[in-house]
Amino acid sequence: MSDAASGEGIGQPVRRKEDFRFITGNGHYTDDINRPRQTWACFLRSPHAHARIRSIDTSAAEAAPGVVAIFTGRHVADDGLGGLICGWTVTSKDGTPMKVGPHPILALDTVRYVGDHVAMVVAETLADARAAAELIDVDYEALPATVSLSACQSAGAPQVHPEAPRNTCFEWELGNKAETEAAFAKADRIVKLDLKNNRLIPNAMEPRAALGEFDKGTGIYTLHTTSQNPHVARLVLSAFVGVAPEHKLRVIAPDVGGGFGSKIFIYAEETACVWAAAKVGRPIKWTADRSEAFLSDAHGRDHLSHAELALDKDGKFLGLRVKTVANLGAYLSTFSASVPTYLYGTLLSGQYDIPAIYVEVDGVYTHTAPVDAYRGAGRPEATYLVERIVETAARETGIDPAELRRRNYIRTFPHQTPVIMNYDTGDYEASLAAAMEAIDYKGFPARKAEAAKRGMLRGIGFSSYIEACGLAPSAAVGSLGAGVGLWESAEVRVNPTGDVEVLTGSHSHGQGHETTFAQLVASRLGIPLANVEIVHGDTDKVQFGMGTYGSRSGAVGMSAIAKALDKIETKAKKIAAHLMEAAVEDIVFENGTFTVQGTDKSLAWAELSLAAYTAHGFPSSEIEPGLKEGAFYDPTNFTFPAGCHICEVEVDPDTGIVKIAKFVAVDDFGTIINPLIVEGQVHGGIAQGIGQALLEHGVYDADSGQLITGSYMDYCMPRADDLPSFSLGFTTTVCPSNPLGMKGCGEAGAIASPPAIINAVTDALGIRDIEMPATPARVWTALQSVASRAAAE
Amino acid sequence: MPVVSMTVNGKPASADVEARTLLVQFIREQLGLTGTHVGCDTSQCGACVVHVDGRAVKSCTMLAAQAEGADIVTIEGLAKDGELHPVQAAFREHHGLQCGFCTPGMIMTAVDMIRRKPDLDEETVRDELEGNICRCTGYHNIVKAILAASREMR
Repeated sequence: MSDAASGEGIGQPVRRKEDFRFITGNGHYTDDINRPRQTWACFLRSPHAHARIRSIDTSAAEAAPGVVAIFTGRHVADDGLGGLICGWTVTSKDGTPMKVGPHPILALDTVRYVGDHVAMVVAETLADARAAAELIDVDYEALPATVSLSACQSAGAPQVHPEAPRNTCFEWELGNKAETEAAFAKADRIVKLDLKNNRLIPNAMEPRAALGEFDKGTGIYTLHTTSQNPHVARLVLSAFVGVAPEHKLRVIAPDVGGGFGSKIFIYAEETACVWAAAKVGRPIKWTADRSEAFLSDAHGRDHLSHAELALDKDGKFLGLRVKTVANLGAYLSTFSASVPTYLYGTLLSGQYDIPAIYVEVDGVYTHTAPVDAYRGAGRPEATYLVERIVETAARETGIDPAELRRRNYIRTFPHQTPVIMNYDTGDYEASLAAAMEAIDYKGFPARKAEAAKRGMLRGIGFSSYIEACGLAPSAAVGSLGAGVGLWESAEVRVNPTGDVEVLTGSHSHGQGHETTFAQLVASRLGIPLANVEIVHGDTDKVQFGMGTYGSRSGAVGMSAIAKALDKIETKAKKIAAHLMEAAVEDIVFENGTFTVQGTDKSLAWAELSLAAYTAHGFPSSEIEPGLKEGAFYDPTNFTFPAGCHICEVEVDPDTGIVKIAKFVAVDDFGTIINPLIVEGQVHGGIAQGIGQALLEHGVYDADSGQLITGSYMDYCMPRADDLPSFSLGFTTTVCPSNPLGMKGCGEAGAIASPPAIINAVTDALGIRDIEMPATPARVWTALQSVASRAAAE
Repeated sequence: MPVVSMTVNGKPASADVEARTLLVQFIREQLGLTGTHVGCDTSQCGACVVHVDGRAVKSCTMLAAQAEGADIVTIEGLAKDGELHPVQAAFREHHGLQCGFCTPGMIMTAVDMIRRKPDLDEETVRDELEGNICRCTGYHNIVKAILAASREMR
């Protein structure tokens, strides 16, 4: 039966292979794994945002019941372990490299945020470890902290790192300043907007966890951990931290309960667990509780921006200039420098033909948790800025927001923007039109009038977004400061019985790779989906891989599989030609059967697979036994998913509560392998975008630097009753930059939705701006000032 | 240390535990039933929901000792004779899970919800899910799955 007939092929909404274990409680997450003689770790964390450590007295703790060992920064330093690194170097506009303060695994003499790691207690039970941590006496000299993003660069601000004067890590620029100034000089209208992009805390439902082990006999370390990219973790732990040589360190990321970026990074706790396992000679388990996750997972966003858009008299965009201050937190995390620079500035052209763009970004340190990639990573911040200022321009010029966007869309491809990116394909008008149709744009005035009769304020907001995904061509990112290449690997192993194992360097933590990747393989080889196993997340099984983030697993990871499958087909045809005594060029492979063109000779996939391993009579100089091929795929360009999201809200003026009345998303992801899974990705992304726009905000006390939103009682996670059902649609332009035509879908919802919502809220309220999250208190306050202004007039 | 005894997924279970042991710790650590998860420390996320005498309970908010003599069902005990429970099947059919971490709690909550309110509508399902947090799905397909299962179980 062909894959299309069986409903398992590309484009089919195949139900997920991985679901059975999750719905029956048989998943294996890191915290589910236990070892004989296992110990437990607890990390003593700084209660201060900024303090000098005068001394640490662990004697009482060491004498406490069940304590196995206690480690401080001194032990780590004495063992010669390096600190944590940032894998991307950003260069300032004056040509100097970014200014990096050391990032020790356990603090040596200074703590720099509430939750910074001071000591690690290893004990027989978690309760013992926690009780002993309470007995460690740290003599802190509390110091003033820098918390405010707007004040951190001022002269008197407390310094986070002596290496970075004025707390400034880098002053980066992109685009053409002179051309942009010239564009503004000839503009008929300049629209200005100040924007905040609120700090978010990722909150994957599975907290970070680690199980470190050391085998004294072989000298091999094993780390089970909650990672989106176990190979990158192994590389960093080996080459930079120096825990163990790469071949003596195995990193396994088993089932991982969501990541959203926060599990890309190499953190102190996981590092300490695997390092200390050899010191204590026993396995060490650590699982963050939610409070620790709030304090110590890398946060996201947190920008302050000023944007100006220059337009001519017809509403055509002439130029965009942007100044952004981006919070990096107290230390540079694994990819933090790239997020507010190359993942942000490069997307500021949006879907629009803007001849001149100039952006300056200051990356700054504060005494807060490190900030790094969170779902969308830089691209939501860019989209928020572009779509908010375009909407503001529409209101100031009186041009319909859809019409203003239409007038400025890029319509010919490839299109070189002034900020590095070369858009390969797209049709922005198509997604706009489909979204307007789906939401019934023409009917909006009637709905607004009807809402008004009920005393409700109804507003509508657009977001025409673009993102760069499929990270990324290695040469391109290398020239921009990346310390790694961003290709992906795959290995296809055909077994003698004809079933297939595919080893991928991508990692699935909810995205459904075990299904979509298998759909590609099954459909290409003409075998049942059940006969394909996708193997990922173990450095002992998969040779190397760059992992999953940046919506790259389909466009890059599956392209690597496609490349390996090409090699499999080439070799299989050679074997078929030998077995059927025909010329290779006469062999046709279709629906799992090899035939000799123009004859009735044929060979089934399983027969050929067996023959590849029996290898009887192979001409050894031409055909090696076996059927296994690997490939590394390096993309030729980023991919550019794009689309249009439209939101309608109703605001209750008495309470300030914003209700999302309608939400329509029309996305162009190129080729879609499994629409069920793609829709799920969009739903989740939109939910996180609604969270950012209306609910979520990571807040530190401005003076003390204490995290105020440190639990689910203070940080407003989206609940089911905060969200509507979503209406999704798709348009398709096939991506020319990879063999499958895929663009990526994982981040679109989180990138596109915040400006659509805030554009709708400001439309409903008749105001220029409101800060995210637009909580009832903020909305109500804004309404009071509108009312008092109206009264004064 | 006190001995606690209860029935878990139809089988007797008994262990010496410290008095402070939570029901979820008893289930995960003593019994090795790791399908029940812990996603927070403030009884908000619902990843740890199990059934205690037929009612959905957050097992992080109850001491093991309080479950003395109780009949406990965890996610591992929901399918009967190799047949998925209709709620489990609906979560798979409607793609109501992604990373799977909140899923056991979601399913156990949904089973109890359908038992208590056979005539569910979307608004009620969303309201009833207040105590279960999912970060992956945006709840769209979870709501769809619960409504479908409730129709099937009518």
